Amino acid sequence: MDGTKGASVDDARNTTGARPSSHARRQFLRTGAGLAGAAAAGAVLGRSGPAAAVEADPANLPPNVPWWSKYLGDGVEAAPYGLPSEYESHVVRRNVRWLTATTESSVNFTPIQDLHGFVTPNGLCFERHHAGVAEVNPVDFRLMINGLVDTPMVFSMEDILRFPAVSRFHFLECAANSGMEWRGAQLNGVQYTHGMIHCVQYTGVPLRVILDQVGVKPNGTWLMAEGGDASGMNRSIPLEKALDDAILAYAMNGEMLRPANGYPLRLVLPGWEGNMWVKWIRRIEVGDQPWFAREETSKYTDLLANGKARYFTWEMDAKSVITGPCPEKPVLHKGINQIKGLAWSGRGTVKEVHVSTDGGRNWMQARLPDPVLPKCLTCFNAEFEWTGDEVLLQSRVVDDTGYVQPTMNALQQVRGVNSIYHNNAIQTWLVNKTGEVENVRLG
Amino acid sequence: MSVLDKSWDKSWDKSWDNSWDHPWARTVARTVVAGALALAVAAPAAAPVAAFELDPGKTYDLGRPATPEEVDGWDIDVHPDGAGAVPGQGTAAEGEALFMTHCASCHGEFGEGVDRYPVLFGGEGTLDSHDPVKTPGSYWPYASTLWDYIYRAMPFGQAQTLTADQAYALTAYLLYINFVIDDDEMVLSHETIGDIEMPNRDGFIPDDRPDAQPATLCMTDCDVATKVVGRARIIDVTPDDDSDAPGISID
Repeated sequence: MDGTKGASVDDARNTTGARPSSHARRQFLRTGAGLAGAAAAGAVLGRSGPAAAVEADPANLPPNVPWWSKYLGDGVEAAPYGLPSEYESHVVRRNVRWLTATTESSVNFTPIQDLHGFVTPNGLCFERHHAGVAEVNPVDFRLMINGLVDTPMVFSMEDILRFPAVSRFHFLECAANSGMEWRGAQLNGVQYTHGMIHCVQYTGVPLRVILDQVGVKPNGTWLMAEGGDASGMNRSIPLEKALDDAILAYAMNGEMLRPANGYPLRLVLPGWEGNMWVKWIRRIEVGDQPWFAREETSKYTDLLANGKARYFTWEMDAKSVITGPCPEKPVLHKGINQIKGLAWSGRGTVKEVHVSTDGGRNWMQARLPDPVLPKCLTCFNAEFEWTGDEVLLQSRVVDDTGYVQPTMNALQQVRGVNSIYHNNAIQTWLVNKTGEVENVRLG
Repeated sequence: MSVLDKSWDKSWDKSWDNSWDHPWARTVARTVVAGALALAVAAPAAAPVAAFELDPGKTYDLGRPATPEEVDGWDIDVHPDGAGAVPGQGTAAEGEALFMTHCASCHGEFGEGVDRYPVLFGGEGTLDSHDPVKTPGSYWPYASTLWDYIYRAMPFGQAQTLTADQAYALTAYLLYINFVIDDDEMVLSHETIGDIEMPNRDGFIPDDRPDAQPATLCMTDCDVATKVVGRARIIDVTPDDDSDAPGISID
């Protein structure tokens, strides 16, 4: 830190001085937030270990009166669209450069270690594009429905917004979430191992309402959803799913979709792999057979050890993960600690979550705070007493179909290590004797 | 073992006492709901409407018919049997020149893939190995998918700039370098693309999950391996400020 900045910070924290100038305040926020951010990053990433915990400034602690208790803050015109506190600047999406050839056909990760409850803030929902973010002017948006229908039709966004709507909470998980972990513990952070997921309240028109407008012919048994971006993403969907719970959604968490999430219209297929939730959807064709497009042959097919591959693996099976402690969130204190995490199932509703502190030898019931919704992220929590010894933390979910989240060894025995997709194995975190948390594989 | 099992049990008991799952809480909740329902019934015209259960098949005067020209412009998909294929034709010999111009800068002159861009040939016999190479020749079940994907999404960054004839020629070239067809003058067209037999045509099975399920749900003294055999920290490919280490890719 140079002398100028140091002086500004001192002025800003002077308990007898005048209100800091806006310049000084900006400097304070910048340097203060920067320092806090750096220290916090060290702590949350677990690289510096628990010793890197941020220390409070005595000038802001009792009996001193902190500066924010004396001076006016920003007025209501400062932020027409608000942003998080600067002290939360580490809570961001992150990517892994080596995963993909380009950033336009790539993925980033939701910082689930820093989130609370089951709703993901819109600006933190992970992104997965195959040709970058399409910037669609809703005035120019058209949805075409053709194929085996009575009347091929075109709808504008104005049309779409005049249909009756539903609002539902659902998780969206990329089929490749945890895909880098098939062969072993590879990425040291829950954001990277489990962050290709988000959960928001989607609002839109049930797909079957739209299909009723065009009249599906009796031999129409499959739909092809096609995106309006430069990847022209196309996937085959059985008609039953469309008539069940599929939604053409235009809003997430109360506001219109973000461009990265398909603005102005995307498909929502509750419980099914994220690839099928076609963004910027431009067309739905009704047919009598599936299409076997690139994204359901070359990709999103699951290679087994014998060289055969499963296709149309649509449902995301029951899965859970502990989001604290985790590699980004070391155990800082001996004694009582809270375990928190997320559980979900694409086949139904979370029924129970079990937590182990000894690598799966013994399990205990976790609490499931309300609400517990179908095909939606579900929070769980539990306590454990840390004595300073090594601990192997795991969580395991059971859904209301009776499905039990499997171990990695059980999955590998059936599937081998080359499936890429649909890794819903139990995750193990090793809390070592310094309180750092590591992604480990047990054998 | 750092967990005090007894205190764990107690904390769970406490939370149970406070939970809305407690039978007492449920009774209260039911009473409240029943009261609300009674009021609703007493008040006329207050019943909520479950719109999507009540009006199946309901139509609204929204949207408009699509013209044949509009459908032709956007309807570009093709089925494995060739149904729906956009009219056109091309040969592998024509496709080779197009490939050098439009594709080789990413996929390599022989489809070998530059940097991390996809490899487009080879890989036969590797699918059951430790390091499978999944290409159109070794993995893709249908030639129609090649045409469909090239026509809708390639070249990367210049999608839907190729003509249907160019897409057929490029498809023929990829089939040729993968030894699926052996005549570089063979004409591939909308009429013949459904006849191509891909090597891995029978390599796929329908989803047969759920799988990997335990025989019983073990809660105590479970027979599981708890030795640490792998640590992400040692592999060290997690992003930080200055590393761009190679790892196992998803793409």
